Amino acid sequence: MCLRAGGLALLAALALSSPAIAGETIRVAVDKMTFDPPKISAHVGDTIEWASSDFVVHTATAKNKDWDVTIPAKGMGRVTLNHPGEIDYFCRFHPNMTGQIVVAP
Amino acid sequence: MRLVVTAAGFVLALTSVPALAEDAKPNDAQIAHIAYTAGAIDIKAAQLALQKSKNKEVRDFAENMVHDHTAVNDQAVALVKKLNVTPEDNDTSKALAKQAEAKHAELEKLSGAKFDKAYADNEVAYHKTVDGALETILIPDATNAELKDLLKTGLKIFQGHEMHAEHVAQSLK
Repeated sequence: MCLRAGGLALLAALALSSPAIAGETIRVAVDKMTFDPPKISAHVGDTIEWASSDFVVHTATAKNKDWDVTIPAKGMGRVTLNHPGEIDYFCRFHPNMTGQIVVAP
Repeated sequence: MRLVVTAAGFVLALTSVPALAEDAKPNDAQIAHIAYTAGAIDIKAAQLALQKSKNKEVRDFAENMVHDHTAVNDQAVALVKKLNVTPEDNDTSKALAKQAEAKHAELEKLSGAKFDKAYADNEVAYHKTVDGALETILIPDATNAELKDLLKTGLKIFQGHEMHAEHVAQSLK
């Protein structure tokens, strides 16, 4: 009995804490050395997809070191957000390129 | 060294961008060649760094210089072909190449931390000079819109390199 109740409670907790539906995909354009839009709002579980039309390789690198995504020339880079918070990011190769993601729980 | 841009009616003094022909603005064929030469010089310096340096930050930076300047120069070559322009060697590109040769010889003699520091410091100074020349001379004087556009994108890329080089130089202190 006890075990079953525990199992149910665990299931209920899982259902509450993990997103029931897959997160959204949010597209950020990388064009002429800028992240566009530079500031976006997202939720935990969402995926950010950077789509570059530049002919040089970029990165989207979180200042808090949470992630470091390579964005190939004329290609895509993706990251799924796992933590809430305000994340400033930049391109390691061209630190004059900066952006920010505000991640809500 | 002095650079006189008569058409614009003002005199610019740059520390290390060699003088253009004193009475003429560079034409597009010359501008394309100056920009290409500037990129080729930085690729050569980066190749030297990849031979000599064991420092990860220096090597990552140098690798990126090879990739980015090759990519920009490939675009420049494609554009001059499309526009049917023959790049023209000129006093500025010749003097840039000569200065770079001297710097290359200087760097070649160094090794270890001394090389890393000298290379990073030179990359900061070199990108500053090239960015200054792009901003004040090459972009304003370019007449073809596509060339102007490529130079503008190049400037943003090289400004990024300047910041990156500053970070690398800072990390070596």
